Amino acid sequence: MTIQFNPADLLAILPELVLLGATCAILLIDLFLKPSQRDITHWLSIAAIAVTSFLVWRGAPEVAQGVSAFNGMFKHDGISVVLKQFVLLTTGLSLFYARNYMRERSLLFGEFYLLILFATIGMMLLVSAGSLVTAYLGLELLALSSYALVALNRQSAISAEAAIKYFVLGALASGLLLYGMSMIYGTTGTLDLAAISAQVNQVEHRGWLAIGLVFIVSGVAFKLGAAPFHMWLPDVYHGAPTAIAVFIGSAAKVAAFGLLYRLLEGGLGPMSEHWTPMLALLSVLSLAVGNLFAIAQSNLKRMLAYSTISHIGFMLLGFVGGSPAGYSAAMFYIISYTMTATVAFGIIALLARAGFECEEIDDFKGLNQRSPWYAAIMGISMFSLAGVPPLFGFFAKLLVLKSAIDAGFLWLAIVAIIFAIIGIYYYLRVVKVMYFDAAADDAAVPLPADLPLRWVISLNGLALVVLGLAWGPLFDWCNRAFGV
Amino acid sequence: MAHWPLLSVLIWLPIVGAILVLALGRDARVARWLSVLVTLLTFVVSLPLYSGYDAVAGGMQFAESHLWIGGLKAYYGLAVDGISVALIVLTTFTSVLVIIGSWGPINKRVSQYMAAMLVLEGMLIGIFAATDALLFYVFFEAMLIPMFIIIGVWGGPRRVYATLKFFIYTFLGSIFMLIALIYLHMKTGEFSLAAFAAAPLSTTEQAWLFFGFLAGFAIKVPMWPVHTWLPDAHVEAPTGGSVILAAIMLKVGGYGFIRFSLPITPDASQEYAWVVIAMSLIAVVYIGYVALVQDDMKKLVAYSSVAHMAFVTLGIFITLALVREHANPDAARLGMQGAMVQMISHGFVSGAMFACIGVLYDRLHTRMINEYGGVMNVMPWFGGFFILFSMANCGLPGTSGFVGEFMVILASFQSNPFIALVAAFTLIIGAAYTLWLVKRVIFGEVTNPKVAKFKRLDAREWIVLGSFAVAVLALGIYPKPLTDLMDSSVLQIVNALMLSKA
Repeated sequence: MTIQFNPADLLAILPELVLLGATCAILLIDLFLKPSQRDITHWLSIAAIAVTSFLVWRGAPEVAQGVSAFNGMFKHDGISVVLKQFVLLTTGLSLFYARNYMRERSLLFGEFYLLILFATIGMMLLVSAGSLVTAYLGLELLALSSYALVALNRQSAISAEAAIKYFVLGALASGLLLYGMSMIYGTTGTLDLAAISAQVNQVEHRGWLAIGLVFIVSGVAFKLGAAPFHMWLPDVYHGAPTAIAVFIGSAAKVAAFGLLYRLLEGGLGPMSEHWTPMLALLSVLSLAVGNLFAIAQSNLKRMLAYSTISHIGFMLLGFVGGSPAGYSAAMFYIISYTMTATVAFGIIALLARAGFECEEIDDFKGLNQRSPWYAAIMGISMFSLAGVPPLFGFFAKLLVLKSAIDAGFLWLAIVAIIFAIIGIYYYLRVVKVMYFDAAADDAAVPLPADLPLRWVISLNGLALVVLGLAWGPLFDWCNRAFGV
Repeated sequence: MAHWPLLSVLIWLPIVGAILVLALGRDARVARWLSVLVTLLTFVVSLPLYSGYDAVAGGMQFAESHLWIGGLKAYYGLAVDGISVALIVLTTFTSVLVIIGSWGPINKRVSQYMAAMLVLEGMLIGIFAATDALLFYVFFEAMLIPMFIIIGVWGGPRRVYATLKFFIYTFLGSIFMLIALIYLHMKTGEFSLAAFAAAPLSTTEQAWLFFGFLAGFAIKVPMWPVHTWLPDAHVEAPTGGSVILAAIMLKVGGYGFIRFSLPITPDASQEYAWVVIAMSLIAVVYIGYVALVQDDMKKLVAYSSVAHMAFVTLGIFITLALVREHANPDAARLGMQGAMVQMISHGFVSGAMFACIGVLYDRLHTRMINEYGGVMNVMPWFGGFFILFSMANCGLPGTSGFVGEFMVILASFQSNPFIALVAAFTLIIGAAYTLWLVKRVIFGEVTNPKVAKFKRLDAREWIVLGSFAVAVLALGIYPKPLTDLMDSSVLQIVNALMLSKA
């Protein structure tokens, strides 16, 4: 096979190229900046993300099924546009939430921005993956940057432990994924996902293919944090600096959704009768483990980690049907989850100050007395995670439950709501602590005067209400991406 | 008038008012006055709903419909029939009194309390006005948030336990209803209640849906045996919260049966009507006895609420038997009318009872019956009010409590005299627990020296109790405006029940 280079392909990958160029430029500029001038890096990074987002928007493919570039290595379609926009949005939010937090801990190195930007490029490649190689490259770019980010606080033993755990288990997951990919390559003889999809049903050695599928599902489940492959997640969320946890807990989940979709539906779609039961099992286990273990947590970051696991379980409900409407619901769910989780982590970062992490649930005691506005924002986020209307999270749950019921998985929907009810308890506990308990010490600690941070987090919180009342456009956007 | 979105105004006026109260209410006085103004305005705006509703024509009026979510064909659809009008006016009326009643007792974070009450009012009006199941569900669930906060922040010593129990219990029921709604959406492709009612459904489907709805609404009513959250929530809630809870939130359950269970699953409702009727009769008798032994006033009234709401469910489900098994639509109409009158009357009576207990609680800070005694001697006017509402609570003719219960018993008698016999027990048991309460609290010698120092009713308390008293008497002596308002709507529901859907 000869590889042909078509200059028009560059247009499809333009946002990634621009971001890469900008990242390299920021790397150079940052070398000449004094630590006191780090704000320049901050705003340049945000500008780079904004420009990239603009290019993604302008460069949205005109044809519904999208275009593929570089001999099918790179898919540029409606799905990748939506996912990239939310990857960029949540990355931007993470940068806003991180600045003050990292500065107070003397962690605001230029490397922080660079690693995040490289991870973003990785995520953008990942969600556009048209072949196993692109998927793996994007994934590793994301993963390696994330390992380093978690370890950014070198002095902290707990961060180091989290980073090592993340690295070892992440490497294991990559190994599983790669092994599965090799099986698929071995049986179908191609790395191109579309070609794999076309050949799956003509393969002689179906058994090897099935084994490859199992490895792929396990590897992706690892990256998503679906039970029983969730062990790393609570430790990493807990150990990573809060500002980094925002990023890993939001943008990376959107990208992991992209990976799941590209590999399973894009590549192994014809085998859906094999992988839907696996996903249903992962979903039930994630719902159970996430919700039951979250109850026992006293650390808010760990609680949110287990809550992430349960949300991944909910998101998988959209996948079990194996239909475009279900994928659209799952994408809506993952968007809703990340938008909500950024608020929760952002508030933790906002309330933390030098020498005080504000990550125990009890640290939120009496927040309503100290700061009614941020208590309300956190309350909105908790009710949205719990799935109480009229907030964003409820409609996401509605859509995935609907898609599961439409697909005939009524039992799964009922299991899901039973765990959702259990889950409500621990979200309500945070609201209870903020509203019903008196503050532990009446010394009113002033909140950091980082105005952009306050504005962005307020807008992020209000977006949960606005998107709850008017979620139609976003839903239509998701549906259009999948051609529903 | 016809083009003025009256229902939207009614829903959003209190919610916008709540935001204003939060923004401007740093001073407690501003918050109090502003919220009274907002509720008064909402009440005034709700009056054209009553005067403008064409009760003779019946049916859904004041309709508004805008596409909400195109992908799911969900509409922002609002409309009211006579039943909804009555409940909405009850809501706006009670809200004014609740806000006025909360002026004194609520001293901390006043603006947040008032805002929560206003949001709650908007949500409740939304529930009674929604014609789209998704919109209904959104209001139905969203109202839990302000109530959760109200009980949890301003409640009694065990408020956290009570409010968590309240939230999770009611959420548990309604989420099963959500599954039923999603299933119906799958069948019909839209969320409008009219389409749900028109969709043909097999008996098995209807049975599952019926129990889905039952889970949601029975907990809300609440019916025996899923009533246990109510006494806790009532006891711990602040007075205003108890009044709203008893007067309006419980009505949502009964309203739900009428809007969802009967039209969407008529055949299953008929088949399983005996379940609901049995549960109602058990509530009437057993919960009545439970109320008898309470030594906490609020618990006593809470249990009496459960027993009285059982008349609502009894009236609604006896209708089915009357229509379908006895072919007696007139009696069916009577039963349904009785259920509705009972809902409105219970709104006034239980609201007033909780307001009275609030008055006592503000003075002695206990709800224990044995701490009181001889209140009549120091607060004669209050004693008069208390006795009036107690009489209404045990269904004395001339008060609103009599009308609904009598109609329901009369209708039940035509279906099965035995049911009527058991239901009529309420007249004895209700009188027993209520009058005994009056005897121990109001009459007798003043034994507690603190009671002797009670201040008389102030102007604010006069307004609240006086308004409730007027309502209770007006409805008891001349219920015709209310029954006329609802008559053709009830007739339409009863007529629709004659057709099988399977």
